[in-house]
Amino acid sequence: MKHLTLTASQTVGPFFHDCLMRTDAACDMLISDTTEGQRIRIEGRVIDGDGAGVPDAVLEVWQANRHGRYNHPSDERDLPLDPGFTGYGRIATQDDGKFCFTTIKPGAVPFDRRRLQAPHIAVAVLGRGLLNHLYTRIYFDDETLTASDPILQRVPTERRATLIARRDSSHPGREAVYRPDVAPQRDVVYRIDIVLQGANETVFFELAAR
Amino acid sequence: MSTTTIGDIVRGDAEVFPPYLYEAYRSTIRRAPTCALVEVPLTLSELTGPGPVISAVTPEDADLTRNAGTGGEAMGQRIIVTGRVLDASGAPVKNTLIEVWQANSAGRYIHRRDQWPAPLDPNFLGIGRCKTNDAGEYRFLTVMPGAYPWRNHPNAWRPAHIHFSLFGNAWASRLVTQMYFAGDPLLPLDPIFNSAPTERARQAMIAAYAHDVTEPEWALGWRWDIVLDGPDATTFEDREIRGQTLGSDPRGV
Repeated sequence: MKHLTLTASQTVGPFFHDCLMRTDAACDMLISDTTEGQRIRIEGRVIDGDGAGVPDAVLEVWQANRHGRYNHPSDERDLPLDPGFTGYGRIATQDDGKFCFTTIKPGAVPFDRRRLQAPHIAVAVLGRGLLNHLYTRIYFDDETLTASDPILQRVPTERRATLIARRDSSHPGREAVYRPDVAPQRDVVYRIDIVLQGANETVFFELAAR
Repeated sequence: MSTTTIGDIVRGDAEVFPPYLYEAYRSTIRRAPTCALVEVPLTLSELTGPGPVISAVTPEDADLTRNAGTGGEAMGQRIIVTGRVLDASGAPVKNTLIEVWQANSAGRYIHRRDQWPAPLDPNFLGIGRCKTNDAGEYRFLTVMPGAYPWRNHPNAWRPAHIHFSLFGNAWASRLVTQMYFAGDPLLPLDPIFNSAPTERARQAMIAAYAHDVTEPEWALGWRWDIVLDGPDATTFEDREIRGQTLGSDPRGV
C-alpha cells in the first residue's frame, strides 16, 4: 500500500567529501584480518561521456559474505555471519576518476526458490551531475554461475560484459585469509570501469515495482 | 525556467525523480546515461542493505553549531531542523542513519574546491549525522545555510539547502537529496531544484517553518519529512525468498 509522495533525489554535488568521506564514513577496505574468504581488490575508473575520469563520484557497494549471507535482519537463512564483515563500502573516485577497494569474493545468493544469482557486488554510483544515483552490479569473469545469472539474463547479450569484472592475470593472488604481513600486490585483482555515457556505457538498473 | 532539454531516462517514479539528463544543470550533459535502464526485479541483494548495521553516531554529531570541536559556536541564525523518515505506506523508518552537509551562514563550504570569496567559519564544519528514533524522528541543530554562487550559468546562485543522505532498510531505499527552505526566492531559478519533474515532487523537498519547533530565546524551527522508496514489509513474504528453505532448497543449485 503506497500513497505518500516519495522524496525526490538530488545530486550529491561537488562538496560531499567532508561529510560522506570522513574517516569513519569512507570505507575502501571492507575486510579485517579475520574476514573469511578470497581476498580481492577491485580497480577501475568512472568515466564520463567524453571519456574523461570523473573526479567527484562516489561508489557505494553492498555484498554478501563468502557464504552468500547478507548482514541484514531480513536475511534469516541459516548461514554463518562473519562478525567483522558488514559487506558495505563507500569509495570516492580520485582526481583521475580511479577507484579501488579491497574485499572478499562474495558467495552466491538466491534469486528465487529455484535459482541462484552468481556472486556479485551491488553498486550505487553517486556524483556531481547525477541527479539520482545509478544502480549497477559487479560480477566476476571467473565464476561459472555468471553465465546463468538470472539478472544478467535480462541484460542484452552485447552489454553484459559491462557488468563483469575481469581478473587481472598479472596478479596471481592466492586463496587465503588476509594477513597484514602479506604484500597487497598478491591480492587477486579484478578490473572494471563504470562508463556513465557513450560507447560501452555500463548497464544501469531500474529496480522493478515492488 | 527557460526551456531545457530533459531526458527520458529516469530511475524510480517518473512523477517524482529527476531525469538523468536535465540540460539546464550542465553537469548532467556528459554524465547522464543514454541507454535505457534495464528493469530487474528486487532480489535479496536489493531487499537487504547496510542501513541497519552502520550506526556510528554520537549525540554531538547532530549539533552542527558546536561539533567542530573548537569549543566555539558557529556564526549565523541558529535553526532546528526536524521531521520524520517514513516509507511510502507511512510507517516510520526507525534507527536509520542520516548524514547532512551544508554551507555555512555565509554560503561557503569548508571543501577545498569551494574558493569563492565568502568567509569560512572556524567553528563550523557543516557536517552532521544522527539516527532516527523509534518514531522515525530526527533532529539537527545548525545554522541557516547561506546561498552561494556557482558557474552553471550567468549569475547562478544555489538557494539555501542542506544535503541529506539516508539508507533506509534496503539497498533499494537509498536516497541522497537536498532540503530547501520555504519562501526562498532563488528556488524558481535553480535548475537542480527544478529538475524534480512535478510541483508535488518539488514541494516535498521544501521544509516548512514550524513555530511549534521554534524554541523561545534560542532557535527557529523547520520541519521536513522524508519518504523513502523501497520494499514494503510484506515484500519478502510475497516473493518467498525469506527464511531457511531457500538456501537449502536442493533445486537451488
